[in-house]
Amino acid sequence: MASVVLNEVRKTYAGGFEAVKGVSFTVSDGGLCVLVGPSGCGKSTLLRMVAGLETVSSGDIRIGERRVNDLEPMARDIAMVFQNYALYPHMSVFDNMAYGLRNRGTPKPEIEKRVKEAARILELDALLERKPRQLSGGQRQRVAMGRAIVRKPAAFLFDEPLSNLDAKLRVQMRIEIRKLQRELKTTSIYVTHDQLEAMTLADRLVVMNGGHMEQVGTALDVFQNPASVFVAGFIGSPPMNFLAGEVDTQGRLRLPDGAFLAFDPKRGEAQVGRKVLAGLRPENVALRNGVEDGAAPRFRLELVEELGMGRLVHGKVGERPFTVAQGASDPPPSGYSLSIGIEPALVHLFDAASGLSLTSAAPRR
Amino acid sequence: MSEAEAFAGKVDAVSRDSHFTDDGKLAQPRDLAVPAPAQSPVESRAIFSGKLLPYVLLVPQLAISLVFFYWPAAQALWQSFLVQDAFGLSTEFVWFENYAELFTRPDYYHAVGVTFLFSGVVAFLSLSLALLLATMADRQIKAARVYRTLLIWPYAVAPAVASVLFIFMFQPGLGLFARALQASGLDWNPILNGAQALILVIIAAVWKQISYNFLFFLAGLQAIPKSVIEAAAIDGAKPWRRFWTVVFPLLSPTTFFLIVVNITYAFFDTLGIIDTATGGGPNKATETLVYKVFQDGRLGADLGGSAAQSVILMAIVITLTAIQFRYVERRVHY
Ligand SMILES: Nc1ncnc2c1ncn2[C@@H]1O[C@H](COP(=O)(O)OP(=O)(O)OP(=O)(O)O)[C@@H](O)[C@H]1O
Ligand SMILES: [Mg+2]
Repeated sequence: MASVVLNEVRKTYAGGFEAVKGVSFTVSDGGLCVLVGPSGCGKSTLLRMVAGLETVSSGDIRIGERRVNDLEPMARDIAMVFQNYALYPHMSVFDNMAYGLRNRGTPKPEIEKRVKEAARILELDALLERKPRQLSGGQRQRVAMGRAIVRKPAAFLFDEPLSNLDAKLRVQMRIEIRKLQRELKTTSIYVTHDQLEAMTLADRLVVMNGGHMEQVGTALDVFQNPASVFVAGFIGSPPMNFLAGEVDTQGRLRLPDGAFLAFDPKRGEAQVGRKVLAGLRPENVALRNGVEDGAAPRFRLELVEELGMGRLVHGKVGERPFTVAQGASDPPPSGYSLSIGIEPALVHLFDAASGLSLTSAAPRR
Repeated sequence: MSEAEAFAGKVDAVSRDSHFTDDGKLAQPRDLAVPAPAQSPVESRAIFSGKLLPYVLLVPQLAISLVFFYWPAAQALWQSFLVQDAFGLSTEFVWFENYAELFTRPDYYHAVGVTFLFSGVVAFLSLSLALLLATMADRQIKAARVYRTLLIWPYAVAPAVASVLFIFMFQPGLGLFARALQASGLDWNPILNGAQALILVIIAAVWKQISYNFLFFLAGLQAIPKSVIEAAAIDGAKPWRRFWTVVFPLLSPTTFFLIVVNITYAFFDTLGIIDTATGGGPNKATETLVYKVFQDGRLGADLGGSAAQSVILMAIVITLTAIQFRYVERRVHY
């Protein structure tokens, strides 16, 4: 058990490409921290630096009391679950799990005990004699998990462990990983590019973009107070809608087509005349039939997706694509003369030039 | 403004991918299932009916095997039962007399011993050195292309040329290595010393085969997923142990294949090297079974005895290969 601390960690690859540009965060003892971001943003690089599979160009990584920058992977007391599982193809499930213990000279009865224990937790008892190629994707995933937990390491590192599974199994394993991690209370870093997985797993969410850290916080905090346009658009599904506008008077935006949108001036400073992006979560927006209020933004309906538990109404506001998420009890849109309405307090504002939030209370770091 | 717009647009594009993908329930507009048009079978213009065609296609391969393998093999078998008189005028069918005579000759047993020693050492050395080189190249993959090109050269060299090279290098009084050896106080003279002659042909044969093995080992090493090695590193296996418990077992299909190839190579394809380097000498110290067949058959004109020898040789190789497939393959992991 230990905390993991990253301080101004950077990585420049041999070709001169800077994949990680100064990342600092702390994973508390027993916590699960999720690194999320689009493909190529440096998540794996960062995780591999923590594992010791990649050298650290500058900055410090600490696991527990120790600075581990210059330690070999085996000396760091971590276990990693790879995206492709990286099981040893020539070893049985038992040997796969026992390998790490044997390397460390654990006595035989102890190995037996720990592997059996892990197999019981992961429901692998019946499969211990099999070779990895005789297992399904989900079972391989479990073996990879088992290999990590038998060692009882100070930290687990997961690199997109579920991305090779089908959608249903992914949801199931996601829940299992969460339960297991809660039970074992092992400090964990989990990399994913799936924002839903990130939201549901994280004690602490680190949103990355292009080697930078965009925001750190609890999942709910990041969702409710996105620090930038990037985070706002990345976290949440369907993603947040954005409308460009200009602060007209305090508490009111003017959109390019002349419509107005009210916001809560108490949430943050926004001088009159400032060019901004307004962020509206699809589930916070109401569709109104007809154009009662002449100043409300018009919504041009394009497509309705029925989901059963609700529906997604796709269309355009001005020139921008816009999605409204309706509950099952909401009346479906009728006719094409529609407008949108939203609680002023639920409107996020971002600076048009920098993309930074004007309404979010949370600091960027 | 436009920059921010583009930025937001990119964000949209990125996050749209993750739309409810988790349960895949997003209502997809369904494609109208267009029934595939009833396909009329492609008009059969083939001259051969479907049943005959595979056999017809096999004919060239069968013909080649027949002309270059089965026919000579059958001929050798037939010859091995015959005895020709000194002038080649009459032949007599003698059943196994040629074989019986062969097994009374101590020089035959000697050749058997030389062959097994030679083949074992050549196969072992060329495999282990190639594996060592390939492992080193696999680590430093950047330089590997240069390395690989340099290493493939010996394979392109003809056996006779290879041994000429080695004769030059190890020629007493002339060759670079020979002089180095003599300078170190060793009485190096492979022309007179049998053991040294054997060492010389072994070195030449190994050198010739290393590049071939290297290429296969390197390809095999690169086919091992990097993450498996990394997992082993995290699992606490030090490089040496990692190699023997993960890399080597995963390489076993390649190793198995190469063992078969190398033993066959050492048995048969080293004829050219031995002939040029030592001519089987001194005093038959480097006379392998194949070389003996060649010597007795072509030079000694004992056709029957030579045929008997080659039949035995064939039997040995078939047996060796069978043993290898039966026992070594069991330890091949996947
Ligand atoms: N060995 C390397 N040499 C040079 N550049 C590299 C190397 N490995 C990765 N990169 C680059 O570093 C950046 C970050 O890569 P990384 O694998 O960390 O992305 P990621 O966030 O894990 O993406 P994904 O979600 O696709 O796995 C990428 O632009 C990648 O091209
Ligand atoms: Mg990655």
